[in-house]
Amino acid sequence: MSEKDIDAVSGVETTGHSWDGIKELNNPLPRWWLWTFYATVIWSIGYMIYYPSIPLIEGSTMGISGQTNRAALKEEIAFANQARAERFARIESEDLETIKADDNLYRFAIAGGNSLFKVYCTQCHGSGAAGGGGYPNLNDDAWLWGGDLENIYLTINHGVRNDEDDDARFSDMPAFGADEILERDEIGQVTEYVLKISGQDHDAELAVAGETVYADNCSACHAEDGTGDIEFGAPNLTDAISMYGNDRETILAQIHKPQLGVMPPWGERLGEAGVKQLTLYVHGLGGGQ
Amino acid sequence: MKYMTEAILVGLAAFLALLGAAFAQDSLFQTHMWILFALLAGGTLVLLRNVHVTPQAEAAQSEESFYMDGVVRYGVIATVFWGIVGFLVGVVIACQLAWPELNIEPWFNFGRMRPLHTSAVIFAFGGNALLATSFYVVQRTTRARLFGGNLAWFVFWGYQLFIAMAATGYLLGITQSREYAEPEWYVDIWITVVWVAYLIVFMGTIVKRKEPHIYVANWFYLSFIITVAMLHLVNNLAMPVSLLGVKSYSLFAGVQDALTQWWYGHNAVGFFLTAGFLGMMYYFVPKQANRPIYSYRLSIVHFWSLIFLYIWAGPHHLHYTALPDWAQTLGMVFSIMLWMPSWGGMINGLMTLSGAWDKLRTDPILRMMVLALAFYGMSTFEGPMMSIKSVNSLSHYTDWTIGHVHSGALGWVGMISFAAVYYLVPKLWNRERLYSLRLVNWHLWLATLGIVIYAAVMWVAGIVQGLMWREFDSEGFLVNSFIETVSAIHPEYVMRVFGGLLYLLGAFVMAYNVWMTIRGRVRDEAAYGATSTGPVPAE
Repeated sequence: MSEKDIDAVSGVETTGHSWDGIKELNNPLPRWWLWTFYATVIWSIGYMIYYPSIPLIEGSTMGISGQTNRAALKEEIAFANQARAERFARIESEDLETIKADDNLYRFAIAGGNSLFKVYCTQCHGSGAAGGGGYPNLNDDAWLWGGDLENIYLTINHGVRNDEDDDARFSDMPAFGADEILERDEIGQVTEYVLKISGQDHDAELAVAGETVYADNCSACHAEDGTGDIEFGAPNLTDAISMYGNDRETILAQIHKPQLGVMPPWGERLGEAGVKQLTLYVHGLGGGQ
Repeated sequence: MKYMTEAILVGLAAFLALLGAAFAQDSLFQTHMWILFALLAGGTLVLLRNVHVTPQAEAAQSEESFYMDGVVRYGVIATVFWGIVGFLVGVVIACQLAWPELNIEPWFNFGRMRPLHTSAVIFAFGGNALLATSFYVVQRTTRARLFGGNLAWFVFWGYQLFIAMAATGYLLGITQSREYAEPEWYVDIWITVVWVAYLIVFMGTIVKRKEPHIYVANWFYLSFIITVAMLHLVNNLAMPVSLLGVKSYSLFAGVQDALTQWWYGHNAVGFFLTAGFLGMMYYFVPKQANRPIYSYRLSIVHFWSLIFLYIWAGPHHLHYTALPDWAQTLGMVFSIMLWMPSWGGMINGLMTLSGAWDKLRTDPILRMMVLALAFYGMSTFEGPMMSIKSVNSLSHYTDWTIGHVHSGALGWVGMISFAAVYYLVPKLWNRERLYSLRLVNWHLWLATLGIVIYAAVMWVAGIVQGLMWREFDSEGFLVNSFIETVSAIHPEYVMRVFGGLLYLLGAFVMAYNVWMTIRGRVRDEAAYGATSTGPVPAE
């Protein structure tokens, strides 16, 4: 290429090559582009000097800062815990009633309980603690295992019907149908009786027969009047509040072969202070006794 | 005897697939081999119907011009087809996120549909676009016919087989759970064979070129082909449990595995979605604008700096994890340094239009290219920014990342591919022009609006998520549960569906336009951008 090839529009020289009609101008690198590129390189070198960056045979250069993710996190957690250490210690050592009586400490415990609840409890009990689908509502005053501070504490600490904790709450309603404890007719009758005492439409004739079945088979746990017993985690049958449903089919199914809820123990995972905070939070949701 | 050997080979492969199904170690492998058998047997039948027993050398010669464009035509159609499939699945999974009831178990749940979406858009749509354009561009810029004869056809059909096997595998639940590399070992081996054939065709054509120099587009295409081969091989190193079963175990474990996966994942973005499509840009932008490339020097410097720096940036996906601090630092600084090398491509593309800016008024294809470059520039600024550790601590794991990816994928990869398709179709089918330029403009605006909605709502969603996750109350306790952060962004999830629908609609407009152009129709419409009447004086 002996003669210079000048692009007519821009007046810039081309490189003289052409591919399928495409030419290339011989423009220099844009200055701002080049200097910004240099600046990012220089900044990067500075960053690498300040922070850990070059791998060595053992470990790496630590940089001027010596700062690592892990150390920084540890520091932040230590700082946060230090500021709250005294209050955590008091929650751990003092009993629930005393904490509740101390306005400041109580507010702190509730805030912590709320936070723990959101991380560990919402998966089953829902973010509003309203339960559903086999998990109890924690906002109302119907309690399976008791709604005073002590009972809530025990339930959270050890859980319900789990294999991990020997002190877990435990009860086992028999499968009256599946294990052939009751006849089909009898189950039908007692279902009508349960519908009756929970104030729903029922077959009056069958319910009369059901009352006897109830007295013989159910009253030991659910009480003579059907109001349940927190000793056995036996729900109140008269209040139309139910985890699995109140309609005829569900009651029938529950007597035939009951679904039994399970809750993990939290004592070991969350520690004494954690369980106490959760207890106070749940107690304060509205139904605490 | 045209196609005889091919028919026999595919038939043999079908027979092997049948044996695979017969002796399979698990039911998934069996099902997958049945699918493979059906595909290959179908392929054999098609080939047999086309077998000519008499020599047709003369006819074959007049059929084909100097360049081998048949495979490019198929590639363009495959690009449009897989694009629509990929966008459609994207809209479906966006709906599933907004309304979880739409998860249909087990084949169509989000977990199986999501890799179907990502693979369909990246490898099926993007991959076919790259195959077709690279075959077209390398022939024109070397003035040589594709090397290897029918090997190019093997690459094309082999690649479609890979897509079909990957896609059906995902829906069956066959996955090695490596992001963007989900297919199991036997599909990985197959794509390796196809990819090596691709490299041979491309390299061979460059070697026998009649131009003294190698054009910049081909540097980018070649770096894409070679690097993707390397990434694929290392990331997928695994030991199959059985030669007739789906399961395999990766060679890597723990943080080494995580780093390998993101070294692969990030460079899939870098070399598949960036370098490959820059190759596309370097040919189609100057052709469409009919202007020379702005700066040869810039193309050299940004090419080498881009491919040197990109390969180290992967660790920025693993900030604040078990990855050692030094690796996080390097991942971050290499990403920062990558900013200008990435922008070099944008500058060279946009400045190529200097002296031709007026064409934007009359040429919606060129306008599409400019938008693609603008989105490219935006996402290659956003990327380095998000790699900064303190920004990343807010953005990581949130939908901000999803927004970032889509502004790059829909805006850059999608738009530049659409523009290339619009450029290629009239040329490949010898049509005077596209069926309708006005429809191109409709596509342009539907797609742009779709991207803007998508990206904007994902930014909002991501920042809301990030801020809610880290929110503390005055006592130092976390404020939000995870589910609360999910419900908070539900409106954005619904709006995202709308953005995706617009983009999908645009793709349908393109498919119609391409279809009509191939059929030889020309829409009766006023020439685009020609203001027929000028300003009308008031009466």
